[in-house]
Amino acid sequence: MGLLVKDKDIVVPGEDLAIGMDYLPSYGTFREGDGIVAAKLGLVSVEGRVIRLIPLSGKYLPKRDDTIIGRVVDVTFSGWRVDINSAYSAMLSLKDATSDFIARGSDLTRYFTFGDHIVTKIINVTSQNLVDLTMKGVGLRKLDEGRILAVNPYKVPRIIGKQGSMVGMVKDATNCRITVGQNGVVWVQGEPENELRAVAAIRKIESESHISGLTDRIKAFLEKGNSKE
Amino acid sequence: MDKNSDKRTDGRKPEELRPISARVGIIRKADGSAMFRIGDTIAYAAVYGPRELYPKFMQDPTKGILRCRYNMMPFSGSGDRVRPGPSRRSTEISLVTEKALLPVLNLEEFPNAVLDVFIDLPQTDAGTRCAGICAASMALADAGIFMRDMVSAVAVGMVNGRLLADLSYEEESTEGEVSDMPVAFTPKTGELTLLQLDGGVTKTELIKALELGRKVCREIYSVQKATLKEKYSGESGEED
Amino acid sequence: MMNRTRSHMLKFFEKGMRFDGRKLDEFREVSVEYGISKNAEGSARVKFGDTEVMAGIKMSVEKPYPDTPGEGNLMVGVELSPMSSPDFETGPPSSGAVELARVVDRGIRESKAMDTKQLCIEKGVKVWSTAIDIVTINADGNLIDASALAAFAALKEAKMPHYDADAGAVDYKKKTSKPLPLSKVPIAVTVYKVGNYCIVDPTSEEEDVADARLTVTSHGGKINALQKGGNYPLSIEDIEKMVSLSMKKAQELERYL
Repeated sequence: MGLLVKDKDIVVPGEDLAIGMDYLPSYGTFREGDGIVAAKLGLVSVEGRVIRLIPLSGKYLPKRDDTIIGRVVDVTFSGWRVDINSAYSAMLSLKDATSDFIARGSDLTRYFTFGDHIVTKIINVTSQNLVDLTMKGVGLRKLDEGRILAVNPYKVPRIIGKQGSMVGMVKDATNCRITVGQNGVVWVQGEPENELRAVAAIRKIESESHISGLTDRIKAFLEKGNSKE
Repeated sequence: MDKNSDKRTDGRKPEELRPISARVGIIRKADGSAMFRIGDTIAYAAVYGPRELYPKFMQDPTKGILRCRYNMMPFSGSGDRVRPGPSRRSTEISLVTEKALLPVLNLEEFPNAVLDVFIDLPQTDAGTRCAGICAASMALADAGIFMRDMVSAVAVGMVNGRLLADLSYEEESTEGEVSDMPVAFTPKTGELTLLQLDGGVTKTELIKALELGRKVCREIYSVQKATLKEKYSGESGEED
Repeated sequence: MMNRTRSHMLKFFEKGMRFDGRKLDEFREVSVEYGISKNAEGSARVKFGDTEVMAGIKMSVEKPYPDTPGEGNLMVGVELSPMSSPDFETGPPSSGAVELARVVDRGIRESKAMDTKQLCIEKGVKVWSTAIDIVTINADGNLIDASALAAFAALKEAKMPHYDADAGAVDYKKKTSKPLPLSKVPIAVTVYKVGNYCIVDPTSEEEDVADARLTVTSHGGKINALQKGGNYPLSIEDIEKMVSLSMKKAQELERYL
């Protein structure tokens, strides 16, 4: 009876996590008989009586209020369809795109056109996975030239760090402009040498996020680069 | 095979599997990927999705669609070149692969979308559909898909009255009476998701064979499980 | 489309650098692995960074083509497997796959790398047919060079199967120790033009913003096959520059075989 795994264990789908009614199944798990079973690959998290899985891989799942980076893939008569690196594309409607008055039949590509990358915010996700976006909010904008990186969406919290501390450290050390979308899309712009270091640092955070002492290691990595100059 | 000895032509015991090795995350462009090798049969699987399905008329607003494609590379078979493109054989195997994986998936999670599973075999001996299913199941887990269980598959069979696990090509093509039975199990519940048979067996032999299949699928499952955990333990995540 | 990525990339190129830190004329890490499929007469896996392709040789005895009754047949097939990229689909070969196969084919054929006359069993009746099949595993750019290199590596590794003249059939179980009649090593290096810059071995991100490409298959200072691709024109000056770069890089690539 009780827990069959430890906190932070990696489990695969179908693996038994607990037996008995002492524990409650949450995200990524399900109850079968009197047991709790893993429903996907993930990291076990036990908080009190609640067992959930922290996903380690997979497509980004759109959530309301997430700030993400999307790419305009279609311009329709009522707005823009945006690829958000998820299973479904999202819609940015005219009224959420700008406060300007746009006359019927205007050329919408003046605002956003095919291939544009935008920092945008999710305002609604329906049960049918329809996603609505807005451009109204602080920092929401069309992105300038730069490079787009795809990272594991589940590593985004580590790349951002507590109150933006991690990405802030990378920005300061490399003088780069960096925007990290919750959907695992990252925009980086800087002087070539610096940008290469920023990208290397982001990749390092992504691949070593599970090893403790991450902040110190990234700090050392960035300082080593600076002393070379 | 020597009838009086316990050993098979390749030296295995009746219930012994050929050597197995596996890897996950081998195809960067894919959302999930895996390689599963059993003996000389090698299967690669890549998962893309869930992603939007076009043309739109193919979409199902109540649930997502699973599409599997099994493909032997043209140079992978013993004997003649395998002509590229679907054959009757590969079309059927693609279908039974789909059905072997469906019971563990919850397609209602992604209405209108598609989950694509591509299986390519660069080298084949025997048990290709089973190796493909093993690789596909690992690739789905690697892709972070919701699954009730893994799927493990192997061929069991009767060769001249002896019950054997994981037939080799040599055993499959033995003179005499050969029954070949590819099976897939969900390891947790021990249920079958793939069952085919070519040959001739009694009901008693069938049930015995299925029990053997279930038993040895647990060994395959341990390899699948260990490989997935190893990738994400970070100790060999970037290894190649 | 993707203008902002492209203009940013050009700023890197101006400094002689690429998004992954390489120089403009630098390959990614190249590897060639032989004998990856035991049922093939020869096989190889080639990687250029994250790009991975496999090639395998299957030999059979067939009727010769009417125009070459005394020569063995040669066929190159490419499958852009949907496994290798979200951009590839199932179905009959795309025009891209056919072009790729034909570019590889011409490189081998026109350089006369293989003496197909030696593959004749009975003139006008029976010849060896060599099928080279290439399958992409992970498509992150530069599939042409990777495929050509893999095709040739597989040819180099191949051993003729046994032909049982009495049975009139190939015995695939019996491999002889006889290699294929190869004499030259044609190497394909594709040069991509992006703005005013020339690069080799692009990633798919770089390919997406390139204006034009030129594949040069050369051997010993001689050009045996060319293929210009991409949506923009090239000047004669461009061609001169691209051919020089390609032939220089071909020497480097040949060392991997």
